[in-house]
Amino acid sequence: MDWNFIIFSLVKVAVVIGAVQTFAAYAVLAERKISAWIQDRVGPNRCAPPFMKYVPVIGPFLISCGFFQPLADGLKFMLKEDFTPATVRKAYFWIAPAVSVIPATIVIAVIPFGSYLGHQKMVIADLNVGILYTFGIVSLGVYGIVLAGYAANSKYPFLGGIRSSAQMISYEIAMGMSVIPVFLIASTLNLSQVVNWQSHHGWLVLYAPLSFLIFLVASFAETNRTPFDLPEAETELVGGYHTEYGSMKFALFFLAEYSNMVAASGMMVTLFFGGWTLPFWGLDQPAHSIVIGVAQILVFIIKMAVLMTFFIWIRWMFPRFRYDQLMDLGWRRFVPLSLVNILITAIVLWAIA
Amino acid sequence: MAITVNRRPLTFWEKLYLPAFVGGFKVTMRHAWGTLFQGKKVTMEYPEQKWTVPDDYRGAPYLVKDQEGNTKCVSCQLCEFVCPPKAIKIYPPGPAGQSADRSNAEKMPEDFQINFLRCIYCGLCQEVCPEEAIFLRKDYSITGVTREELIYDKEKLLALGGTQAGVQKWKHKLDEAKGQESFPVKV
Repeated sequence: MDWNFIIFSLVKVAVVIGAVQTFAAYAVLAERKISAWIQDRVGPNRCAPPFMKYVPVIGPFLISCGFFQPLADGLKFMLKEDFTPATVRKAYFWIAPAVSVIPATIVIAVIPFGSYLGHQKMVIADLNVGILYTFGIVSLGVYGIVLAGYAANSKYPFLGGIRSSAQMISYEIAMGMSVIPVFLIASTLNLSQVVNWQSHHGWLVLYAPLSFLIFLVASFAETNRTPFDLPEAETELVGGYHTEYGSMKFALFFLAEYSNMVAASGMMVTLFFGGWTLPFWGLDQPAHSIVIGVAQILVFIIKMAVLMTFFIWIRWMFPRFRYDQLMDLGWRRFVPLSLVNILITAIVLWAIA
Repeated sequence: MAITVNRRPLTFWEKLYLPAFVGGFKVTMRHAWGTLFQGKKVTMEYPEQKWTVPDDYRGAPYLVKDQEGNTKCVSCQLCEFVCPPKAIKIYPPGPAGQSADRSNAEKMPEDFQINFLRCIYCGLCQEVCPEEAIFLRKDYSITGVTREELIYDKEKLLALGGTQAGVQKWKHKLDEAKGQESFPVKV
């Protein structure tokens, strides 16, 4: 444990958390824009600092993209009155947003978002049990939601919280089991080595498509996205678990949801789409120069952005699943399916060996 | 009483949710494509684009002039009386005041104020006016930065209202009166 390691780790933590939160903020913008296009609307295209319209070409373009909207949203959330309703259970009410946003943020720690930059490995914690850490932390996210539902002391948020916990237990198992074939094939739990394996043998989505499918659907449930956004379910539960929340506390829930999306996309990119590698232009080997290192980080971000777009697009394609349909899908379809998937993968690997 | 709705069980193909996925993708893609590349958006970007206001729109009430540019209002104060939010305030000329600027009306208001912070655009003033002197026009976005600015006086209301000749009641009355002066009487 030398100073070098501590300082570089702190820098990486700061940069990654900043990047993830920026990414989450712009994912909100992307969500608003894409939903607008799908619904024949325009989306945010006004918000800008006053001098921006005098900047030639690029200024009006950025304004029409709504580039400054996330900044305005953030500012608005900061300046809003932080109101605590009189009827809530105050301690839990205050803790819940933090409990929900912390797991969403720290899950990023084990995802390798690049190979090397100089001599630094582009992953915050290169754990040998990477995926176990991820599943351990991701499951904690539900406590924030359940706690928020309980703290609100009102029936709709409470229903949202209950739904969230039920949703979690129906999906966590299928999700955990769906990735076992991946690790059987790559024969390691370390995510950096999973990426390495993929750079030599090709993307794992080709070897374990069923795993990918189950993981994808489960991560929709995990991040509370439509078609599994039962804890929020605006049409049924007012606002779901965050009905009673406002200002920055609400923004934290929002941030947690989108950070979860970022984490889930990052996880899928790492496990199934070769992480920071591309099979051409020499991007599949660990970088020896800064340029290649940065290019690999960009590759990772672009892959992630594509998956995020998919996440967002799905929201406008499917109606919400009913409560029992969701549990049916989780327990009676995906758990057996992933078991069979493990079995088949194991048999095939055994036969090859 | 609970009613059981018999639903057709889903086929195996439908249970995979794949047809729903494909269908949803087609619909969303068509709309996104149309909005992005074919200009099929339905949004009207308001301050730049404005909608055409229909002729019978109930916008802000303004005073109107007759075809000769005279004030039609005779200061009867019926609109002030009927106005539900008490937005109208009329200053009558009084016995020694200025006479009307058209020949056969007795008087016209010294000042006529409408407070657009109070006005609810109900149109009762237009309905009650015996002289057809006040009309709800097409303005729908009345804005200002002070309270005083939004109290419109007679000059402003007349300027904004423009000319609306209407039935020209007093012109016909004048013609009738003139007609009765000669014999035989023509009605």
